[in-house]
Amino acid sequence: MTQGALERTHEPVNWLAAVPEYQGILSWLTSVDHKQLGILYIMSAFGFLVIGAFLGLTIRLQLMFPMAHVVSQDQYNQIFTMHGTTMIFFVGMPLLFGFAVYLTPLMIGARDMAFPRLNAFGYWVYIFGATMLFFSFLAGGGPAAGWFAYPPLSEKGYLFNSGQNYWALSLFVTGIGSVATGINLIVTILTMRAPGMTLKRVPLFVWMILMDGFLVVFSLPALNAALVMILFDRILNTKFFDATMGGSPLLWQHFFWFFGHPEVYILILPGWGAISEVIPVFSRKLLFGAGIMAASTVAITFLSFGVWVHHMFTTGLGFAPLYIFAVTSLLIAVPTGIKIWSWLATMWGGKLRFTVSMLHAMAFLIQFTIGGLSGVGFAVIPLDWQLTDSYFVVAHFHYVLVGGMLFSLISGVYYWYPKATGRLMSETLGLWQFWLFVIGFNGTFFVMHILGILGMPRRVWTYPLGMPGWAELNFFSSCCSFILVGSILLFIYNVIWSFYHGKIAGPNPWNAWTLEWLADSPPIAENFERVPVVRSRRPLWDLQFGSGGDGEDNHA
Amino acid sequence: MDLKNADFTTIFNVASAQNKWLVDLHWFTLAICTIIFFVVAGLLIAIIAKFKTPENDDGSEPKQTRGNVRLEIIWTVIPLLIVTVLGVLTAIVMLIVNPAVGSKKPDLVVVGHQWWWEYQYPKYGVTTANELYLPLGKNSLIEVRSADVVHSFWVVAFGQKMDAIPGHPTNMWIHPTKKGLFLGTCSEYCGAQHGLMRIMANVVSQEEFDAWIKAQSVVPVPSNDPAVARGKEAFNSATCVQCHSIAGDAEAKAKIGPDLTHIAQRKTLGAGVLENTEDNLAKWMQNPQQFKPGCNMPNMRLTDEQAHDIAIYLESLK
Repeated sequence: MTQGALERTHEPVNWLAAVPEYQGILSWLTSVDHKQLGILYIMSAFGFLVIGAFLGLTIRLQLMFPMAHVVSQDQYNQIFTMHGTTMIFFVGMPLLFGFAVYLTPLMIGARDMAFPRLNAFGYWVYIFGATMLFFSFLAGGGPAAGWFAYPPLSEKGYLFNSGQNYWALSLFVTGIGSVATGINLIVTILTMRAPGMTLKRVPLFVWMILMDGFLVVFSLPALNAALVMILFDRILNTKFFDATMGGSPLLWQHFFWFFGHPEVYILILPGWGAISEVIPVFSRKLLFGAGIMAASTVAITFLSFGVWVHHMFTTGLGFAPLYIFAVTSLLIAVPTGIKIWSWLATMWGGKLRFTVSMLHAMAFLIQFTIGGLSGVGFAVIPLDWQLTDSYFVVAHFHYVLVGGMLFSLISGVYYWYPKATGRLMSETLGLWQFWLFVIGFNGTFFVMHILGILGMPRRVWTYPLGMPGWAELNFFSSCCSFILVGSILLFIYNVIWSFYHGKIAGPNPWNAWTLEWLADSPPIAENFERVPVVRSRRPLWDLQFGSGGDGEDNHA
Repeated sequence: MDLKNADFTTIFNVASAQNKWLVDLHWFTLAICTIIFFVVAGLLIAIIAKFKTPENDDGSEPKQTRGNVRLEIIWTVIPLLIVTVLGVLTAIVMLIVNPAVGSKKPDLVVVGHQWWWEYQYPKYGVTTANELYLPLGKNSLIEVRSADVVHSFWVVAFGQKMDAIPGHPTNMWIHPTKKGLFLGTCSEYCGAQHGLMRIMANVVSQEEFDAWIKAQSVVPVPSNDPAVARGKEAFNSATCVQCHSIAGDAEAKAKIGPDLTHIAQRKTLGAGVLENTEDNLAKWMQNPQQFKPGCNMPNMRLTDEQAHDIAIYLESLK
């Protein structure tokens, strides 16, 4: 049986702009279609990515020379607070949800999400929350307590403008939307899979999203609770975090990082999912050890709730409480390592195709390994005592979130863009963008490891003349940050250019195997005319070769 | 600030017995991580070289493999062994570097303020600000406190940093092994002037330390210079005394700003933003916001003459 054998009732439309159901702005503003919402999520995330990138560029300009004065200290503090908050909550989270709600129903052979209206609610609440936070600049000044907003600094006694209130309210509102979408994803994956698609046969991407849903649902409420407490402190004069009145600043740190550490995995899991689809397809092989891949994701999900104190190793909590978290933090390196080896083993013996998507995936492997290894260093508490809150930690988490998350999701954009729009992205522009991205990213952030080792603390507005190496390394990093931002703009340009001029893709341009490639590109409103019975992790492979052909995982 | 006399600041510049342990552990971890990195990178390069689809490819699919249990066990067990070793070393170094404090009293209490450091030596009743003195070769117990928001005390060459958290005093041990001036900066973001909340730690011999403590313990006697008397008068009648204290000055008893008893002995002003000279001090008093925007010392609206007199008075407090 081949694809052509499926009967058609629709005339296929091969370009997103030509889909009859999607005509007019109103169809987008009022949509409950998971594909439209997914595209809206991702487009909004790219919009905020550009804003966040320019905020980051301002930071680099200020630090380019010692004792520079590009922005004032007060502005600088608002800028790095907004850079972090924007990138985590208004870029990372919506990218995750965009990929998740767009792809999940297609990959499991469903018509839409389980709760389409809740899906729309999640998106609009995110837009509302993000807009509210940026509005704070017009309402007397932005937040300035950093993205983890430690009290007492974030209390009104120290930051009395309304920016910090907007910050807490905005994240609270988006947090509610995130929990709703998390629940929606879990229910969709658990109840709406195509016939024959057992949980062992869902694509790895969907498996990662399922775990991600649980992470969101169990960790975001901790942040939301803490946000309500800080709002009460600021507005109703409660004393949750006021040590002079019996409160505890450490309480916030526990609440925040109980959310904050799983958040890192929330952001990286969709990226891992994308890599787990991209690498097999462009190596023409099954994902190596798919079972242990899925199991290691479950292990990470559980462990990630037991490592939050590693953000607090310098708070003097005593040997036993600190050491327990060192052990869990070291352990989480094992399932993470398993993933790296499995991806490498998938490529081994394959027939590699170096598309731009695959190039991003391979750069991800290297950069994420660096970010992971420096993370192991932070689990070794005595090293954390030296290096935490220095530029080393800035280097570390940018290697995880940019070198890891952003590289893998951009790999995913190149891979799924033809599915969503009907056109392929330009590989020529893509190659330029890829190399500029690699050079700009590593140039900007690798030297920050050294700056941390030289003793430069993070979040400093400036640094004195005459500190050995600081001026040179900061200058180098700032120069490379222009290349990095340039590559991001080039990427956005490619997304727009290819929408109008890209080659028509057809349903399955990569000769891939998961169900979304069975649908038209772009998929029709109900996704599928008819969904085949799924017998393995690679239903399209089975359609092509038939059961008993080359599809060795037919019984998986 | 003149940093020429400061020792090269990197975590590998070992100036305390504790940092020796930290640095050794650091090299060990770095070595392991470097090996793992080169294994991953080497494998990837080998894969790229070996498995690129050839030009004349027949379009057939490569051999499909589902996994390999033996390999998967190997790459689970070896990392487990590595992290076990790291875990054991972590415990050992933690216990050596920061042994239990028990009922011991601190040699030095560091109090973080927005945006300066207060140093109290409770055993001698000495209080000073921003420039710290520690005796060489003695393991000092340091208690870290905060007067307002969360700060973090980090002298890079001493290795360990420790947060200053309101209502939650913390402890660490520092055993200096090298004489010299060592630098640090507050390393937990604490507001407007976080980046200019500098730490200057002087490690001196036991004798020099004793002499310094002795000098700090003496109540300074202002000279008979009329400018000094005018300065003291101006200091006491302006609002200076609402924040600062000077031993021997009955009116200056407040504990909000840095203790100025021996300010003339310090090398810098404003936690390291200016060199301590009469001229700079006068300028600082006339407009602290110019040098440290956002700092809690207001513009005192002093005339040039008043500022000059007060500077002469303060600089006489040796």
